[in-house]
Amino acid sequence: MNRFAELIDMLAFTPSRNAKLVLLQEHFRTVPDPERGYALAAIARDLDIPAVKPAQLRALISARMDPELFALSYDYVGDLAETIALAWPQKSGNRAGRNDAPGLTEVVETLVAASRQAGPALVEDWLDRLDGQGRYALLKLVTGGFRMGLSGRLIKQALAGFGNVHVNEIEELWHGLAPPYLELFAWLEGRAPKPVNAAAAPFRPVMLSHAIDKSDFEKLDPADFVAEWKWDGIRVQATSERGVHRLYTRTGDDISATFPDLVDAFGFDGTLDGELLVARLVDGGIETGSFSDLQQRLNRKSVTAKQLRSHPAFFRAYDLLQDGDEDLRGLSFLERRTRLETLVSTLDPARFDCSQMLAFSDWNALAALRANPPLPVIEGVMIKRKAALYLPGRPKGEWFKWKRDPFLIDAVLMYAQRGHGKRSGFYSDYTFGVWRAPGELVPVGKAYFGFTDEELTQIDKFVRTNTIERFGPVRSVRAEPDLGLVFEVAFEGINRSSRHKSGVAMRFPRISRLRWDKPPHEADRLETLERMIDTR
Amino acid sequence: MTMRPEQLLIPRREGLYCPPGDFFIDPVRGVDRALITHGHADHARAGHGHVLATAETLDIMAIRYGDDHAGATQGAGIGEQIRINDVTVRFHPAGHVLGSAQISVEKDGLRIVASGDYKPRPDPTCAAFEPVPCDVFITEATFALPVFRHPEATGEIARLLRSLARNPERAHLVGVYSLGKAQRVIRLIRDAGYQQPLYIHGALQKLCDYYESQGIALGELRPATVEASAKGDFAGAIVLGPPSAFADKWARRFPDPLISFASGWMQVRARARQRGVELPLVISDHADWDELAQTIEAMSPAEVWVTHGREEALVRWCQMQGIAARPLHLVGYEDEGD
Repeated sequence: MNRFAELIDMLAFTPSRNAKLVLLQEHFRTVPDPERGYALAAIARDLDIPAVKPAQLRALISARMDPELFALSYDYVGDLAETIALAWPQKSGNRAGRNDAPGLTEVVETLVAASRQAGPALVEDWLDRLDGQGRYALLKLVTGGFRMGLSGRLIKQALAGFGNVHVNEIEELWHGLAPPYLELFAWLEGRAPKPVNAAAAPFRPVMLSHAIDKSDFEKLDPADFVAEWKWDGIRVQATSERGVHRLYTRTGDDISATFPDLVDAFGFDGTLDGELLVARLVDGGIETGSFSDLQQRLNRKSVTAKQLRSHPAFFRAYDLLQDGDEDLRGLSFLERRTRLETLVSTLDPARFDCSQMLAFSDWNALAALRANPPLPVIEGVMIKRKAALYLPGRPKGEWFKWKRDPFLIDAVLMYAQRGHGKRSGFYSDYTFGVWRAPGELVPVGKAYFGFTDEELTQIDKFVRTNTIERFGPVRSVRAEPDLGLVFEVAFEGINRSSRHKSGVAMRFPRISRLRWDKPPHEADRLETLERMIDTR
Repeated sequence: MTMRPEQLLIPRREGLYCPPGDFFIDPVRGVDRALITHGHADHARAGHGHVLATAETLDIMAIRYGDDHAGATQGAGIGEQIRINDVTVRFHPAGHVLGSAQISVEKDGLRIVASGDYKPRPDPTCAAFEPVPCDVFITEATFALPVFRHPEATGEIARLLRSLARNPERAHLVGVYSLGKAQRVIRLIRDAGYQQPLYIHGALQKLCDYYESQGIALGELRPATVEASAKGDFAGAIVLGPPSAFADKWARRFPDPLISFASGWMQVRARARQRGVELPLVISDHADWDELAQTIEAMSPAEVWVTHGREEALVRWCQMQGIAARPLHLVGYEDEGD
């Protein structure tokens, strides 16, 4: 375990991206199969150890220490594996802390073969034998939750650099490979041919857009671009090959099981890029639901017949990557679009349509469309270069998103809560309110991002010097007509809510500006927010 | 008639107040009469009418705020009995930084010890913590969670020296607070056998000089100024400075700097990563979880009051042991220094 634990720590604390690539490649070079493959699987979060789940780890630690003290610790550290690793009270025995637990390969293979009854006992024994660094690595291994500033892309780039191949080759193979990736390493080391993608309907890395900046418009000729609505659903990839149907999120998670109604309607052979929405066919037209309708269907392991009827899943197609055996990604957007329209016209109209193209002569005309979308579920416009190839990643200058302007209100900071993990030293989660009556603030929302690190330090200082009361991790701060801190809060939507004291709930609120200059009595009133519900 | 503890010391906006003695302990704003446990800025502030503290703490306050930081000052000898109105106070070593003291406050047979910040483990740069039997013990709670178990400081220094040997081309920038941590880390580096010059940021100079004057040898210290020497001279050197300086242009003058930080907070990974710390050193001047528990157990006070930090956890632990405990919720102290 020690070699793996050391790698994890070095990766975690090395800030530079290049140095991380070097560390990973060094590991691939010096550590033999299958250990390097298991290490890769662990950091790429591609290792599933069914014998031990987080609930069982909680049970292990609860048997050793007071659950309330553990809960306070976990709240502070913000990471289950790290909290257990640090707080683990070792049994004093002759092997305790000797760091003689087995190596990564033996640990992984033992756990994978273990039953749910045996798994926790194995982990418990190793926890007693490992030091803090080793405990952390072991717990991260079994919970599968490595987040150490290593994107999937970076790991694949390390592999690409190790084998001197293009990173997209790795991306496309990836979903058909399994730990410990013996054939992948054999290929990268030139000892074997490139593995054939065994999996049908693999995920294909998606193309992403940049947020457009005002200054971009001068450089872009409207004649080179097309535009379409930006729908507020989730971006997905629908792929169908040799009778295998898969619905992937844009990061490659397979969500087919959650949307059987849609997946059953995959009457094509190829790969479509589009937006997942809740929508239904009514009198020949499509009625598109809101994002909160879609939320009723997201993150569910099983779906009821009632939900299938009340919230039917729908695919609005943006692009065509693969048509039968033909890879279209090397064609221009316009050529792909023509093929897409032909293909979608053959599909069930209750489940599929094509995203509508918007006609515009210049950027002002597009701005006018963006300012007045026909439906609230539209969150802006997408601008795509007619000649753009389908390039995985976020290539510059090809696709742009131009989101509608957020709602803005001025609200007063009322409560601040200590953050978790890296922000555990700061009061970083804020409850803000607006005036219900003169002198009476009512909380309307919470936000914990949108500010810079420097602004966070300033707000934290304000909180500490203007604290009225402390309730555990929460402080109430001075919020008076002439003394307090005003935030400009941006948000994407607002609904009525019976669960909130104020009667309103915002969607995606964040701090957009600190208004140190503004006295709290000039902040907004609750009526202003209530009117916003009515306008959209 | 016996006194209740709340009659002897009560929290007020300004800090902990003793009504029968009419004084404050570590007040956070200017008051007429202040008793100061140690020289860290959140405990020792300028602008009091009268300050009673150990000679070292008074020296440190004068270095930081000037000789006129208070109307009048009075030095308290360790263990010396001092009467203030009807109250007897004594200063006892706290083991936190040079001059740091716990303050025992006693009247009519009731004794409360306000420990300020403390650590029971040995520190070559200050007098060792001394447990004082008392009825009420006021403890800090900076690291009062079971996840905080500080390793041996000598082991952390060994990690620093190993990193130096592995990366001889990189300047090692070690973040240390200027009072206490800086001098302790320097002394530990010397005790580990490293005798080359150490480079220090200007903010550390005066307090290092002061520690030297008090008989704590720190070896050869040189100012970490690039003007005086070429950039390459810092390859493989240890440079110490306040952590805030590392985010600054100041740090970029050094060759391929490797950022380190000596603090109890480095136990939490996300905290180290947030600061861009590549080599976290878990070295703290506060008691860790086990030491807080052991101290309270050893002193077995009738009651424990818990202040600045993670009060809830320590109060919970005391209750589990059958010791009466409550949080003080004093406002205005750093619960983040170390």
